[in-house]
Amino acid sequence: MQITVTLNGSDQTHDVEPRTLLVDFIRTKGELTGTHIGCDTTSCGACTVLLDGTPVKSCTMLAVQADGRAVTTVEGLKRADGLHPLQAAFKQEHGLQCGFCTPGMMLVGAALLEQNPAPTEDDVRWAISGNICRCTGYMNIVKAIRAAGAEMATS
Amino acid sequence: MTLTQKPSTPPEIGGIGHSVRRHEDDRFIVGQGRYLDDHTLPGMLHMAILRSPLPHARINSIDTSAAAAVDGVVAVVTGELLAQYNLAWMPTLSGDTQAVLATDKVRFQGQEVAAVVATDPYIAEDALELIEVDYEPLPVITSPQQSLAADAVLIRDDKEGQTSNLVYEWEAGDGAATEVAFARADRVVSLETHYPRSHPSPLETCGCLADVNSATGQATIYMTSQAPHAIRTVFAMVAGLPEQNIRIISPDIGGGFGNKVPVYPGYVVATAASLVIGKPVKWVESRSENLISTGFARDYHMKGELALTNDGRILALRVQMLSDQGAFYADAQPTQFRAGLFHVVTGSYDFPAAHVQCRGAYTNKAPGGVAYRCSFRITEASYLIERLVQTAAYELGIDPADIRFKNFIQPDQFPYETPTGFVYDSGDYPTALRSALDAIGYEKLRAEQAAARDEGRFVGIGIAHFTEAVGAGPSKKYDILGLKMIDSAELRVHPTGKAILKLGVRSQGQGHETTFAQIVADELGIPVTDIKVVEGDTDNTPYGLGTYASRSTPVAGAAAAVVSRKIADKARKIAAHLLEAADDDIELQNGVFSVKGTPGRSVTIADVSLAAYTNLPDGMEYGLEDVHYYDPPNLTYPYGSYVVVVDVDPETGVWKARRVVALDDCGVRINPMIVEGQIHGGLTEGFAKSSMQWITFDEEGNCSGSNFMDYLIPTAWETPRFELLETCTPSPHHPIGAKGVGESATVGSPAAYVNAVIDAVAHLGVRNIDMPLLPDRVWSAIQSARATGG
Repeated sequence: MQITVTLNGSDQTHDVEPRTLLVDFIRTKGELTGTHIGCDTTSCGACTVLLDGTPVKSCTMLAVQADGRAVTTVEGLKRADGLHPLQAAFKQEHGLQCGFCTPGMMLVGAALLEQNPAPTEDDVRWAISGNICRCTGYMNIVKAIRAAGAEMATS
Repeated sequence: MTLTQKPSTPPEIGGIGHSVRRHEDDRFIVGQGRYLDDHTLPGMLHMAILRSPLPHARINSIDTSAAAAVDGVVAVVTGELLAQYNLAWMPTLSGDTQAVLATDKVRFQGQEVAAVVATDPYIAEDALELIEVDYEPLPVITSPQQSLAADAVLIRDDKEGQTSNLVYEWEAGDGAATEVAFARADRVVSLETHYPRSHPSPLETCGCLADVNSATGQATIYMTSQAPHAIRTVFAMVAGLPEQNIRIISPDIGGGFGNKVPVYPGYVVATAASLVIGKPVKWVESRSENLISTGFARDYHMKGELALTNDGRILALRVQMLSDQGAFYADAQPTQFRAGLFHVVTGSYDFPAAHVQCRGAYTNKAPGGVAYRCSFRITEASYLIERLVQTAAYELGIDPADIRFKNFIQPDQFPYETPTGFVYDSGDYPTALRSALDAIGYEKLRAEQAAARDEGRFVGIGIAHFTEAVGAGPSKKYDILGLKMIDSAELRVHPTGKAILKLGVRSQGQGHETTFAQIVADELGIPVTDIKVVEGDTDNTPYGLGTYASRSTPVAGAAAAVVSRKIADKARKIAAHLLEAADDDIELQNGVFSVKGTPGRSVTIADVSLAAYTNLPDGMEYGLEDVHYYDPPNLTYPYGSYVVVVDVDPETGVWKARRVVALDDCGVRINPMIVEGQIHGGLTEGFAKSSMQWITFDEEGNCSGSNFMDYLIPTAWETPRFELLETCTPSPHHPIGAKGVGESATVGSPAAYVNAVIDAVAHLGVRNIDMPLLPDRVWSAIQSARATGG
């Protein structure tokens, strides 16, 4: 069936099987490989994208469920004038190692900061508790999200 | 030993000691990392693997006709087909054999039985369901104790001469001397514990994209491999392909932790399929496949005994260990050591005698035995000795910190030869432990613990002081399948003074593109931003055994320093030529060559680089490049003192780590920021294993920890906060004094967490709870201790 998804601001119309997962749609039809697959069971959050601004796990959602809606992936975070403050903060605070969880972590961070511009450490830890990182121990991810919040508040 | 180190280069050069922000991050933060599954090739097909639902069964027949008839299916591969190419079996990294696709029997749940190659991954999965396999179930063995019983069914009846399920027997140390010491001892303290089966589960699963050109025979294989060069050689041996026609490309890797060291059947099948079909074939595991079939870790059943004097002086250690190897012996470890480096189990203590006896047994579980973020079984060793010393403290009525101080190897005893044959390079253990105890406020906490007990609250303080043995290794002792465990670096300095460094190792998140550039920057004064690091392409990097066992900095990092010094030697001669001075009068500092005593006369590394291609002294060869293969003279021995405080709920067994103080001494830190990141990650892995993360099986051999809903991994919510400390005791034999750090905290911290929980309930008489310390296990231990009057 034919669906139209607004992917990072651009309308993408494709024929898909009804069973096509959203993550596969993004990676193959959308040709955006920054969204990763880590567990297939909604547990790890590597596939997190924003659906109309809300974080969803695209490995357990069908592409047809996103028909007519807006999806933001890591490739859509960057701003016209450069990196999103979250991207800059993840690098500055060493919030990533292998980088596989990073897109999902940043998108959850973006949604959190949208609602709560100055989260406490516990706020951040709770917000990212649906996303697994195997490398960093989360300390610097938390630091990076809070630093980005502070940066966004002043700029 | 110093408390910290200072960089010797300015920030604009960014040499050793600077927390340079990582070069590799620029692509990862914008979604432009290129991991295995992100690669596509024209005409690419997709492969899916059918796995056995039974842990032990004879295969009577396999019917692939319905699967082959599905529209879009290009081929169905079975073991019978592979056998025609002599590929139904392959060697493991421990010299055993492993089935690629089962022909006779399946020996663990999840074993590879057949594969479908199709135009679309969804079609390949559909077709798997249509393959009919007639299995005849066989008795299942789920523990090594069961496996070695006299009446146990023989698992490896495929192996000629194999009459039992025993895989190996191996020992280290001096049995006779140890017995004498035990006979003389005032006290003998023992501990039996199981280090449970675990799985590294990097967030990216394993996979490959094999592209064999049928016209030329060139095989280009993109693969999630921590050891691309070693894999190339193994592939040449397995498949009989000429090694020059095999190119392994390890692209960006989404975490490895040992899981991506072995050769997996999927790699072999995809390559064979591409060879036969003539098109690229991609195979990417699901998470469940990753957890049930690829390299597991640990699964050591251990008994340790300490011989002691009444005042707590250790006289000897005796250890018996039985490992559960699964159906194929596939440990990734040096050939000489059948239980890895487990015999480093004497730890940080000075005593004259030890005897370590190890056996391994086949069971109907997945093969592996990979070093999950550790140097070949050193995690199990460190856990045992640190738990045992703590047990001895309770039994003798000595403070757990004091018994360690009493038995530590002292700073003036280095280099120190242990009773099992390691030669520790350097250390100051008392300072490390004292600093960690002071930071956490140890004496005050002990007072608080006593007061809390009076109120019915359980507070525990756990200590672990570990010594690692990493950086394998010296060629005299260390090889895998005969390949010496050297590593290499090739450095090319271009005419404009920019450089490219090529290495045989492969980063999986450790930040090699930054840290190894910092080593070159430090040696030559080329700014770190002007140095590109290339890894993971066997056609374009020098040979090496890969990244695992914390060996990259001790071995490849040393190679990078040495090759830089070779370049510096030549550059000095060119500078002398340009400055019309004698070679011996030239000094190099921060990228500037000057004439001793004449500060005004100087040229830069960029000037010298250009001259290397344009203006040389007579008789000198053009160019400024070199390669070095580094054969380490010894292992390196990082160490640390960890102290954990927990609160245990007496009524539920739930425990929480209130504070975690970790002091690490890994010698010289190339990039302190990255080092701290590695320690954070390792402390989290240690917390995971001590609290929740283990691979479970039921009595029928079903793997019940086969997904991230059942195989629990801590999130940010459960993970404790960490307080880090450091000392710096350089390795005396490493060119830059570094020791390696990637695995220290995974090795050292499990015992600290467990010791803390045990310490909270030790007054009841509890001496052991096996990991993971799930609330019901802790609760049961409390209940049974109370019931017996503790």
